[in-house]
Amino acid sequence: MAMKQGFIAGLAALVASAVMYAGPSGGTISGKVTYEGTPAKQKPIDMSKEASCAKQHATPLTTETVVTGPNNALENVVVYISAGAPDDPAPPSQPAKFDQKGCQYIPHVLALQVNQTLEIANDDQTSHNIHPLPKTNREWNKSQPPGTPPFSEKYDKPEFIPVKCNIHPWMHGNFAVLKNSHYAVTQGEGGFTLPNLPPGKYTISAWHESYGDQSQEVTISGSETKTVNFVFKAKPY
Amino acid sequence: MLTTKLAKFCLSIAAVLTIPAFSNAQQMESHIGNLNGHSDAGKQLYFRYCWGCHGFRGDGDGENGPYLNILPRNFVAATFKCRSTPTGNLPTDEDLYNSLVRGLNNSNMPSWIALSSQQRADLVAFIKTFSPRWKNEKASDTIAVPAETPVTVESIKHGQELFQKLECWKCHGQEGRGDGPSAATLTDSNDQPIRPYNFTAGSRFKCGATNQDLYKIFMTGLDGTPMPSFADVIKPNDAWDLVHFLRTLQVAHNSPELTLWKSTKEGAEQVASKTVHGTPTGSGIK
Repeated sequence: MAMKQGFIAGLAALVASAVMYAGPSGGTISGKVTYEGTPAKQKPIDMSKEASCAKQHATPLTTETVVTGPNNALENVVVYISAGAPDDPAPPSQPAKFDQKGCQYIPHVLALQVNQTLEIANDDQTSHNIHPLPKTNREWNKSQPPGTPPFSEKYDKPEFIPVKCNIHPWMHGNFAVLKNSHYAVTQGEGGFTLPNLPPGKYTISAWHESYGDQSQEVTISGSETKTVNFVFKAKPY
Repeated sequence: MLTTKLAKFCLSIAAVLTIPAFSNAQQMESHIGNLNGHSDAGKQLYFRYCWGCHGFRGDGDGENGPYLNILPRNFVAATFKCRSTPTGNLPTDEDLYNSLVRGLNNSNMPSWIALSSQQRADLVAFIKTFSPRWKNEKASDTIAVPAETPVTVESIKHGQELFQKLECWKCHGQEGRGDGPSAATLTDSNDQPIRPYNFTAGSRFKCGATNQDLYKIFMTGLDGTPMPSFADVIKPNDAWDLVHFLRTLQVAHNSPELTLWKSTKEGAEQVASKTVHGTPTGSGIK
């Protein structure tokens, strides 16, 4: 049984590498993520219990459950290929970095790949505990006092994982652990570009921590660029 | 002709009968010292003693679950508080066995000391059938607990500094009463409110009563709760100093650490301020 599984895995790796070697050029999917309606008003965070963090923010930080840009742009949306692209046989060698600064997670949403090194740093003058809450991956919880070097972790299954710090209850973040390298996290203008897609039929998905996920089917032929836009319905609460 | 048909029919019947039997035969063993537990035997015990809380599927969704303050463990997720392994790893068979012997203080999990040791070993084996993690993950190394350093006033004082520096007080409170600034906001991984341990109240620790157990609690962290692991940030000697200081917070327990601490002027004042006089009903208050 194990041998058979090994054989299938080997075959899958071969097929995957064959597809990968189709070349770096290919089609591109680009587009914009927006919202319609009225998003929830973000509340200012009271950091008075942690003076070393409070003084880093001239104006109080607000919650980040919905972050918007100009022209209804929606930030912090993970756009990724959920089906059609082969799983990456090996994760990228450079680590995905997650920082704690001013009692805030930077970035708020960190996209990384399965088995990619996740490097977590504490730039604050206070202790944090990093407590991701996965459902299918392993759950761990580590203390990181000020001045300790960054530590590394990995996730071996794809999952969207909320992250919190129990000591500072306002700190919330997310890890998006994805199966392949075709992903983007939207910023200010809400735009995204997924380049180097070999011809084929893809399911492209967009995930937002408050508004859930949605998917569209896209077929890429040659080196064309297709436009795909996502519109999330904003909830006022 | 008829015989081949009959043979085919028999074969198909055999196939139907064997397939479910095969897929159900998830066998597990446990090894605790000389004890070897078997999941088949544990299954009978589980469906007599455990499933009322831990559920038919082992997911902690038993009939009694909703009435319990700390929800029953979900064996499918296999996140366990009391371990000797680093955070994020499965416990050892012995860890699970010890939890059965001890019960979990401040929760509804009783001690199963009334069962035989063989029965407890069998239960440990059966609990491991609920999550594929027991098959798929390699057993991790346990956290080494080096020989305890001598209990001295310097050690206790250094432990007190660490309690400040590592910000244990953010949850456990400056006096160890479990009333630190973050205490009120804490939730466990089931989104249920959870209280940090109150050292002064007199209850035992959740994961064992010895100094070695206490050492392990903050080194491994209690997975599924806000209590993180400090394994990467505390050196062994410092960890023992912290253990010695934490003992002095337990003013209701007569430990060697507390006796020594009370013999110093500073310690005596601290302990006196923490000792509870009288009872909640008011009797015995001077």
